[in-house]
Amino acid sequence: MSSVLHEKRFEVVVIGASAGGIRALTMVLSALPEDFALPIIIVQHVHPHSGGYISHILGAKCALIVKQADEKESVLGGTVYIAPPNYHLMLETDRSFSLSVAAPVNYSRPAIDVLFETAIDAYYDKIVCIVLTGANHDGSQGAAKIHRAGGYIIVQDPTTAEADSMPRATLAATPVDKVLPLEQIGAYLLQLINRSNQLWHFP
Amino acid sequence: MSTSEEVENQQIELQLLLQAIYLKYGYDFRSYAKASVKRRILHRMTTDQFPNISAMQHRLLEDVSFFETLLLDLSINVTEMFRDPTFYLALRKEVIPLLRNYPFLKIWHAGCSSGEEVYSMAILLKEEGLYDRAQIYATDMNQVILKKARDGIFSINRLKSYTMNYQRAGGQESFSDYYNAHYDHVVMDKSLKENILFSDHNLATDGVFGEMHLIICRNVLIYFNRELQDRVFRLFAESLTLGGIMCLGSKESVRLSNISTIFDDISKEEKIYRKSLSLDKI
Ligand SMILES: C[S@@+](CC[C@H](N)C(=O)[O-])C[C@H]1O[C@@H](n2cnc3c(N)ncnc32)[C@H](O)[C@@H]1O
Repeated sequence: MSSVLHEKRFEVVVIGASAGGIRALTMVLSALPEDFALPIIIVQHVHPHSGGYISHILGAKCALIVKQADEKESVLGGTVYIAPPNYHLMLETDRSFSLSVAAPVNYSRPAIDVLFETAIDAYYDKIVCIVLTGANHDGSQGAAKIHRAGGYIIVQDPTTAEADSMPRATLAATPVDKVLPLEQIGAYLLQLINRSNQLWHFP
Repeated sequence: MSTSEEVENQQIELQLLLQAIYLKYGYDFRSYAKASVKRRILHRMTTDQFPNISAMQHRLLEDVSFFETLLLDLSINVTEMFRDPTFYLALRKEVIPLLRNYPFLKIWHAGCSSGEEVYSMAILLKEEGLYDRAQIYATDMNQVILKKARDGIFSINRLKSYTMNYQRAGGQESFSDYYNAHYDHVVMDKSLKENILFSDHNLATDGVFGEMHLIICRNVLIYFNRELQDRVFRLFAESLTLGGIMCLGSKESVRLSNISTIFDDISKEEKIYRKSLSLDKI
C-alpha cells in the first residue's frame, strides 16, 4: 500500500481574529469534541501587556487543551495554541514554534499574516485557514498565500462579524472556499476534517 | 511544482545563502531558527526585486554594502527602555540585594541592540546606589547598532512609553532627569555612560568575555536553534562566577538545555537564574 494513502488532506487549523475575537473563538472552539485530532493555532490580537488570560477563557469553554504557544514547542494534535502577547508566532519546518519581537506587522504583534505565511513552510497545502471578526486587514495577505499554496480558506460572513473589515479584507484579497455565519463555522470545520480525511484514506 | 517541493527548494536556497554569508563574511546564521531568517530574506528579496533567493547570492558576494544591508535585516534590533517592567521590578527586588555583597560588579548585556536596555540598567543601578562599583559590558554582533547604543540618542516619540515603563518598573525619580531633550530626540545623560563599555561580540562564534556577576541576554536566544542556544548557555555558565545571575527574555528558558541543572531559579516568571553555588552540580 502506498504511503500516500495514509497522508491526511488536512493537518492543521490556523485561525486569525481581532476585535470581537474572544467571543467568536469561543463559539468556534466549543463546537469541537475532545478527540478533535488536529492542532489549532490561533493569533488573536491583544494588548502587549495582557498576559495569558485568553488561554484561560477559551480553555474554560472548550473540550480541547488550550495553551499559550512556547518557544521551540513541538505542535501536537488535539491542542489549541494561542500566540503570546507582544510576540510574533511562527512555525518552523519541523513543526515547532518560534517567537520573534520583530517590528509589528499591520500594526500588530502578534500578526496573523506572520503565522499564516510561516504555516505554509510547515504544512504546505494541508492547512485549514479561518479568518474571523476584526477591525483591520491583518490575515488577508497570509490567507491569500495559503490559498495559492492549496490550503482551504474559511471566512466568517462579515454580516455576522462584530467588526467586519478583517473578513472583508480577506474576501477582497483572495478567492476563498467557504463563507459562513459565525455559529456554523465550528460544526463545518469538524465535518470538513472528518470527511476529507476519510476520503483521502480511501479514494 | 507542488507546494512542498517549492518550500523545500526555498529552504535549500536559503541554506546556501547563509553558507555564502558565513564563508565570505564570517557571520554565522546557519544555526538560527529558520522561520525568522527566511522572512527577513524574503522581505529583502521583494523590496530589492530579486527574482529568487539564489539571485541574491551573487550580489552578496560582490557587494559588501549589500551584505551590510542583509546584516541589518537579519539582526532584529527592535528594543525599548525598561521592556517588560515586571522584569525590572524583579531585578530590584530579587537580584540587587544579592549584588550588594560584591565590592565590584561586572555586568554583561549580550545582544544589547541600540542600548535602551543598557541605559535602563544604568538608571536602575544608580537608583540602587550600585552604579559606581559597576563595570557594564554591552555587546552586540552588529556594529552599526552598537554605534547607536554608544551615542545614546533616542527618538522622542518613544519617550512617553519609556516613561510609563520606567514608572511601572519601580522608578521613583523623575525620568526626565536622565536625558536631555532636543527637538526630535533625546540624548541620554553622560553620567550614565561612564561605566559602560560597548563592544563587538558574536554569540555564535566568539568566546568567553570575562568573569561576570550578572549576564543579561534578552530576546536574542529566541532567534537561535537548540544547538546554538546550548552553546550560548555554556558560554554564559563559563563566564559567570559561582552564584552569578543570568537573565533571559520572558519567553526564553534554560530549562530545556542540557546544562539546565547548574542554574537555580531566582524568578521563574521573569526567567532570572543563578549559577549554582554547589560545585558538585558543575
Ligand atoms: C531583539 S534584539 C534584543 C535587544 C534587547 N536585548 C532587548 O531585549 O530589548 C536582538 C539583538 O541580538 C543581536 N544578535 C543577534 N544575533 C547575535 C549574535 N550571534 N551575537 C550577538 N548579538 C546578536 C541583534 O543584533 C539584536 O541587536
